[in-house]
Amino acid sequence: MNMRAQRRVLPGFGLTMGITVLYLSLIVLIPLATLPARTMTMSWAQFWETITDPRVVASYRLSLGASLAAASVNAVFGALVAWVLARYSFPGRRIVDALVDLPFALPTAVAGIVLTTLYAPTGWLGAPLAKYGISVAFTPLGITVALIFIGLPFVVRTLQPVIEDLDPEVEEAATSLGASRGGVLFRIILPNLFPAWLTGFALAFARAVGEYGSVVFISGNMPMRTEISPLLIVTKLEQYDYAGATAIAVVMLAISFVLLLAINGLQSWARRRVAP
Amino acid sequence: MTRELRAARLSEPRIVRWTITCVALAFVALFLIVPLIAVFAEAFAKGLDGYRAAIVEPDAVAALELTLLAAGVAVPLNVLFGVAAGWAIGKFQFRGRHLLLTLIDLPFAVSPVISGLVFVLLFGRRGWLGPWMIDHGFQIVFAKPGIILATIFVSFPFVAREVIPIMEAVGTEEEEAARVLGAGGLQLFFRVTLPNIKWGLLYGVILANARAMGEFGAVSVVSGHIRGLTNTLPLHVEILYNEYNAQAAFAVASLLGCLAIVTLILKAIVETRVERSARAAAHAAIEVMPWESKSAV
Repeated sequence: MNMRAQRRVLPGFGLTMGITVLYLSLIVLIPLATLPARTMTMSWAQFWETITDPRVVASYRLSLGASLAAASVNAVFGALVAWVLARYSFPGRRIVDALVDLPFALPTAVAGIVLTTLYAPTGWLGAPLAKYGISVAFTPLGITVALIFIGLPFVVRTLQPVIEDLDPEVEEAATSLGASRGGVLFRIILPNLFPAWLTGFALAFARAVGEYGSVVFISGNMPMRTEISPLLIVTKLEQYDYAGATAIAVVMLAISFVLLLAINGLQSWARRRVAP
Repeated sequence: MTRELRAARLSEPRIVRWTITCVALAFVALFLIVPLIAVFAEAFAKGLDGYRAAIVEPDAVAALELTLLAAGVAVPLNVLFGVAAGWAIGKFQFRGRHLLLTLIDLPFAVSPVISGLVFVLLFGRRGWLGPWMIDHGFQIVFAKPGIILATIFVSFPFVAREVIPIMEAVGTEEEEAARVLGAGGLQLFFRVTLPNIKWGLLYGVILANARAMGEFGAVSVVSGHIRGLTNTLPLHVEILYNEYNAQAAFAVASLLGCLAIVTLILKAIVETRVERSARAAAHAAIEVMPWESKSAV
């Protein structure tokens, strides 16, 4: 693939590259650059005071904690769903397969109001739970439920193609050499799935940290208790506190950036470990 | 046939299979099927008349129109961008290619609220360009242009990330041959390239459209919630719900629910086409880029 030769034959590189860079800059890069730029206009003390305000810190803790809980639930059940879809056949498999993408397709506000209605103390699911003294809506548990809904497809869609691509001959070889099904599962299947599993977990987690629409309805939005970080940004904006909103946004960006870096590191470690 | 034999030998005991399937399906039912059914059940809680009243109300119609306008602007623009980016990045090698790919994915990495925030920082009354633009009669934030901008931003990567890997996997041989045979640039694109990428392009359009019509967080931040003027369907749902008019909120939400169902059906149909054309292109046998997959939207 000689680059020069290719360029001489195919036309349009300059034009399409120009459109790509111009559009990317106008729509994404310049708007996003306003975030760090706006932060520069604050003094360090001001910035620090905003982002360590107890109410703000409580929101980080809630956002991260609920996201972690939701991603963990999805890591377990999403993996089961991916396994079942990839390996077993049952009536309605294609419909379930298509439905897994519902959280991508259903607007988050719709998810928010329907989950709130379902889990409210009078709702289809909230009423039976209330009998056992479990309240879901307007508690951190409710936030977690919404984040489970939002994150499920990330785990399933990351794992499913990897499970489908597992070479059955390896499992066959291990079985014929006397390995039990459990042995095959723990020694062959799970180690091979581990990097994808971790990626799915990370994607679900990252999405959950920033999620807004599906959470604001079910959370109840009580300061210090059920107020997530994205909501605090909105609250500050509504009070025309642009600096405060920006400061929290910068912290959130930093958190997701650090998370992604950490997970990337973990992943390449896992890949090295699996490779012979 | 051999596959099935193998699968039988290499599978878990029947009882284990059965248990896992039931647990997985129960989870899907609880978190996906029950909410979807509940949307429609609540929408018709006051019968057909209540449903119709909520849908034909002027504010709801205005919200529907704005949603269609925003998606109608955002999706075609993102298609143009996606095809241009696909050609430049998929067909040519150059330095900074990977950086460009990462930058295109940025809108996915950002919280929807932050996506809206950046436009308020730029065009808001106390933003950078805002005061000047408002003085000159351009209202962007808390007006329709802001909604459209935020919609473009959140649906930005969908088409590009479908088209780029396909352009790359197909390779350049066919275009080079056409070029040597004397095809012009546009002829080349419409006769050779477009037939190869059309299913991937359509797939990207379906995803971009679903996101554009359904976006809530980003649009909510830039809208200012002016009824009949800057409300999209998801924002209208929010207002109705917060006014304790749950039945009307769910009636409007059921429109978006239908959008979701149509999206899922089209997606399933197009997906098999994408896979088929990818297999046809596989003779070019270029390794597919790791971030290319129908997952991770």
